[in-house]
Amino acid sequence: MNSELFITPFNLGLYFILIYSVVRSTVWFRNLSRPDKLRLQRGFFGRPFMDSLREIFSESLLHRKIFKKNPLLGYMHMSLAFGWFLLIVFGTFEADFFGEKHLNPPSHAIFFRWFNPDHGSEGFARIYGFWMDLLLAFILSGLLLAVIKRFIPRMMGMKKTTKHTWTDRIALTSLWLIFPSRLLAESFTCGAHGSGSFLTGNMGAALASFLPAAEIAPVFWWLYSLALGTFFLLLPVSRYFHIPVELFLIFMRNSGITTGDRHSSYTEVQTHACSSCGVCIGVCQMSYAAGIHDIQSAYFIKGLRNDRDIAAITANCLMCGRCEEVCPVGIELGPMRLIERRQGEREDHKLRLAEKYTITRRRSTLEKAPTQSYGYLEREEPEKAEVLFFAGCMTHLTPSVIVAMKKIMDSAGVKYRFMDEQGGVCCGRPLMLAGRDKEARELINHNSDIIWKSGAQILVTSCPICYKVFRESYYLEATVMHHSEFINLLIEEGSLRLGYLHRKVVYHDPCELGRGSGIYDEPRAVISYVAELQQASQERNMSLCCGGSLGNLTLSSEKRALIAADAARTLTVASPDELITACPLCKKTFAQATETKVSDIAELVAAALPKPAEIAAKRRPARAAVRTSRIG
Amino acid sequence: MMSEGRANKFGFAISRSRLIDYDATDRKVREYVTLREPSFRLCFACGGCTATCTAGQHTSFNLRRMNTYIRRGEIEPLREEVTRCMLCGKCLLVCPRGVNTRNVVAVAAEAIRKLGRNEL
Repeated sequence: MNSELFITPFNLGLYFILIYSVVRSTVWFRNLSRPDKLRLQRGFFGRPFMDSLREIFSESLLHRKIFKKNPLLGYMHMSLAFGWFLLIVFGTFEADFFGEKHLNPPSHAIFFRWFNPDHGSEGFARIYGFWMDLLLAFILSGLLLAVIKRFIPRMMGMKKTTKHTWTDRIALTSLWLIFPSRLLAESFTCGAHGSGSFLTGNMGAALASFLPAAEIAPVFWWLYSLALGTFFLLLPVSRYFHIPVELFLIFMRNSGITTGDRHSSYTEVQTHACSSCGVCIGVCQMSYAAGIHDIQSAYFIKGLRNDRDIAAITANCLMCGRCEEVCPVGIELGPMRLIERRQGEREDHKLRLAEKYTITRRRSTLEKAPTQSYGYLEREEPEKAEVLFFAGCMTHLTPSVIVAMKKIMDSAGVKYRFMDEQGGVCCGRPLMLAGRDKEARELINHNSDIIWKSGAQILVTSCPICYKVFRESYYLEATVMHHSEFINLLIEEGSLRLGYLHRKVVYHDPCELGRGSGIYDEPRAVISYVAELQQASQERNMSLCCGGSLGNLTLSSEKRALIAADAARTLTVASPDELITACPLCKKTFAQATETKVSDIAELVAAALPKPAEIAAKRRPARAAVRTSRIG
Repeated sequence: MMSEGRANKFGFAISRSRLIDYDATDRKVREYVTLREPSFRLCFACGGCTATCTAGQHTSFNLRRMNTYIRRGEIEPLREEVTRCMLCGKCLLVCPRGVNTRNVVAVAAEAIRKLGRNEL
């Protein structure tokens, strides 16, 4: 009986995908850098392996993160993934326990009902049959939701659903066919033999009452096997490749591998682990506020996967990081985009189907030829100072912030030196965001030289853009502090005396400070100390981008204005007296987008300072303790 | 091109700085920049960008002059000029016309690179 011909498509597909997955992951492993290989090997025998199993269960099967986003969408993913998993596991048990012999080939479990049509009429087998029917119903309910989602994405809390390629569409169709064809195949067989539980049994009996069930059944068994086989064969060239690849990704991530700054096996794995679910499209301000629908991370990754020319997509992104926060797979989308920006121009190469299967390493990263050079910068000999204040380019466009910072530091008695009082040199972050790391390095070296020579222990900056690059890409002895952190430190150690302003304010987390550097609490502590802080609907890690981001080189000023207006509207819903931000660029951008007064956190604090006469009377020296260095 | 001497014969004087020599200039860069960054055409040469420029404080870099080079197709001085910008974005914020200044510089640099490889 085992020689039934219809199981061939399924067997072909299954053995193909198993061998393919093993070969491909071996190649990925071989292409890893040596330290990453060691990480993975160590991870295999340690905690990361157990953590990965736990994560695979909660994310790949239960889809916890998607559940949190939208219960219906979560249920849809869970029923398909977890349901199918259970169906395979319990199907295998069923075939092993109730079949003629134990340890059967996989096909025996998948087509169990065909081989054992009379099974499950009494006792434990009856209960087991009920359970198997229940699992099938569970999956089918998810499938129904998936079909609805394709046509009415809004029902699942999705603003837009991803547009797919033709291989994705065929794979999707075969996936959708798998379970209904199994239902019909089992029903017809059960109908012909008078067996089956509540779903297959009743449906089979109904169908058999007016159709020749025994003759029709093989048609659907063939369809079932063909759907499975097609799905498996197309898996590596469709978005469903994320199913096996995500397991590998979770294990790699838990072993401590990170994206780094060039293409590697890890970026390759992340590229294939993207399920094109489109959650990133929904949160993208470029999409819902500026009406640009083709540059979101799902499309970026898809372009990478298919080796298309995606230079325009890569450049046209605010780099705000909202998509990365919500990505259910946890792909490091920001670093991936930066790597691609560093890449030289890529030729548009439409992959043929066969090429999509072949295991080629991503074409090596050609660093862009340097176009900028700053040989004209002269070395500076700075004065010694304990605290160095670097306003940053943007802050020079908001002089009120500089005035406020001077007032605050004078009031606290901080002995500081103003590093770029006469206009300094850019921190290098804008160049890095444009993928020009080599040129940025020149500026970084220039600024580092000044900072080291000054002997400063604390480097305070008013600009989150500078802050991020100082912390991450400079090698410094000084502790880098954003001015909101520094003000908080001054308040905590009692060297800053402040009054209370009776104002209601709302705080906007700048992208580079919040998501970019994880500074959420210090600005809030400072604001709550001097004024009444309102909550915003989109804050902390889901804070909105002001639209002014330097991360996007190509976005027009009109589109920027749309994003700014939308963000300002969301922030000022509760009509606060002031909109507080901690970034000069956000301040400038918002000022043009809202009627509400926009201030920097330093200006708010400066307004709460006592009158100058009082300061002179009660001046106390600052003891700006240096915190343990976070620079690594 | 009509020589200065001949032009003078007809009673016209030619100011050197106003002279655009189409034999020596190359309009491809201008076309490339205007295509890739259409807002370039909005510039009315107010010079706000140049006044605020970070790089301009350290060198003679002048975005307004650079724009003139692009318009006129004077490639040689442009080649030098385009390398000095730090992309810091201050000019973007002060521009009263909403010109995407950073991208003008980036695209101009790209055009120069392509010109060198004969790809433009």
